[in-house]
Amino acid sequence: MFVELNNLLNTTPDTAEQGKLTLLCDAKTDGSFLVHHFLSFYLKANCKVCFVALIQSFSHYSIVGQKLGVSLTMARERGQLVFLEGLKSAVDIVFQAQKEPHPLQFLREANAGNLKPLFEFVREALKPVDSGEAQWTYPVLLVDDLSVLLSLGMGAVAVLDFIHYCRATVCWELKGNMVVLVHDSGDAEDEENDILLNGLSHQSHLILRAEGLATGFCRDVHGQLRILWRRPSQPTVHRDQSFTYQYKIQDKSVSFFAKGMSPAVL
Amino acid sequence: MAAVATCGSVAASTGSAVATASKSNVTSFQRRGPRASGTNDSGPRLVSIAGTRPSVRNGQLLVSTGLPALDQLLGGGLAVGTVLLIEEDKYNIYSPLLFKYFLAEGTVSGHTLLVASAKEDPANILQELPAPLLDDKCKKEFDEDVYDHKTPESNIKMRIAWRYQLLPKMEIGPVSSSRFGHYYDASKRMPQELIEASNWHGFFLPEKISSTVKVEPCSLTPGYTKLLQFIQNIIYEEGFDGSNPQKKQRNILRIGIQNLGSPLWGDDICCAENGGNSHSLTKFLYVLRGLLRTSLSACIITMPTHLIQNKAIIARVTTLSDIVVGLESFIGSERETNPLYKDYHGLIHIRQIPRLNNLICDESDVKDLAFKLKRKLFTIEVDFIS
Repeated sequence: MFVELNNLLNTTPDTAEQGKLTLLCDAKTDGSFLVHHFLSFYLKANCKVCFVALIQSFSHYSIVGQKLGVSLTMARERGQLVFLEGLKSAVDIVFQAQKEPHPLQFLREANAGNLKPLFEFVREALKPVDSGEAQWTYPVLLVDDLSVLLSLGMGAVAVLDFIHYCRATVCWELKGNMVVLVHDSGDAEDEENDILLNGLSHQSHLILRAEGLATGFCRDVHGQLRILWRRPSQPTVHRDQSFTYQYKIQDKSVSFFAKGMSPAVL
Repeated sequence: MAAVATCGSVAASTGSAVATASKSNVTSFQRRGPRASGTNDSGPRLVSIAGTRPSVRNGQLLVSTGLPALDQLLGGGLAVGTVLLIEEDKYNIYSPLLFKYFLAEGTVSGHTLLVASAKEDPANILQELPAPLLDDKCKKEFDEDVYDHKTPESNIKMRIAWRYQLLPKMEIGPVSSSRFGHYYDASKRMPQELIEASNWHGFFLPEKISSTVKVEPCSLTPGYTKLLQFIQNIIYEEGFDGSNPQKKQRNILRIGIQNLGSPLWGDDICCAENGGNSHSLTKFLYVLRGLLRTSLSACIITMPTHLIQNKAIIARVTTLSDIVVGLESFIGSERETNPLYKDYHGLIHIRQIPRLNNLICDESDVKDLAFKLKRKLFTIEVDFIS
């Protein structure tokens, strides 16, 4: 996890809020560093994490996780991390007939169905184990990323339904957290993606939006991060808070600074 | 052989680091060996495959794209297990060149090739590969290779004319060059012996689609399904993913797919804006990514993105590919007659570079790049003018 980002979000692994949906969004840049942040954050907070990783392999997250101080292999071995590797599963599903239903079995079907098997998988992974003593603090669902589901033939409504079911189970019933990543296609006019993004923006409590700089590529400032706190359930009297910072990604951390205050400029 | 020894020594220095990494899980350095996590290799994996080198940044195994200038812009080369997507130029003149450079590099390095096309017979594509430019140093390596391959009888024969033993041989035997990245002469063809010595598999869509083998139902177009099965078959049969217990492959599979997404593949994304198969291509790319990530292979795809009607698909395709390079030729555009661009044939845009096993990526500082095809060489230069 990035300590500077924790300071900006005013949170630590021990004092994180529960029952929240965080939306990660990236436009014209790569926002995957946020996914790595939250993965290591919740693993350090001793939460039970279910990670639906659709876009990269396990070793990718594992190697970056080691740089950030968590070991995904050990977390998986002791049962703290349930990892669904989308790429490997896709190869298994498409080339071999599966005997049991697989969470991603919609890949074999010609018509876009729904994500019910995936939801069942998540619910099974995060359900509290009756072992007497509470081993993990609260469950967390992490999805990287939802836009891939649209590329694989799912409709935006099906994905929104899936998120809704997960929210009801993970956030409300189990008092856990959810973090999902969606790409913002910007001017590519991806209608399905826009529906998904707008729908999720209205439901989430915290939106982190990584944008490329409007002026183009810069070696010292990699992008801009917009943080938006929302209170969806409360009346609109309370204004949503929004902050904007610029950031530079380094090998093991990310440094944030106010706009125009990059150390390279000053 | 001297060629392999030099390659081995490069890997040996990182091998000791791997030894420490395997003992403790805390170190952040991890030698990127074969991506097949299904293998039972528990010890340090010294990867000494010809034509590959570890990345300077994170030890990732890289292969050359066939153009040393492009390798430099991509941070050293194409990472094993990733896809290089070339967005074709408007009249498809320069993208086949990059495609052939990639395959030629595989032939010279001794990699296995898999060439898939719906338009041209893969055998014809291989006949048109450019000839490698081999300088004297490399010729000496050839001679050593050829020497070691020579049978004792022919050595005896050469004793009669011993003075001629020292001269470079005229015939070129099977090449196993350990250099990373070669230059090619676009005006000459690759020698027939090199092509015949290479191990290659061809997928020509009109031939494969006529067979009546039962295809598993999937929502991909039949052409894509057949191609995926073909690729998966080769990877499994020849052991590139380490799962086949009989075959443990220590070589790279170079996959080249030409004009993916064009109507010749049975896909209609270039014809209609909201066709029935709008997810076929993205699904194909997703499953291909899964295949590549779990095997020792690298893939180049050329795609006519300028023909795709639905811009959203291009964005999705970009997300599902690792490296995306766009070619923009000046032919037919107003820039052709622009005196500022008279030295160049087009612009090359590096649209995306992956962040693999890392938070950062090797993005080049220079974004204005132009290419020109000189009589022999394809060069990429910084475009100072615009």
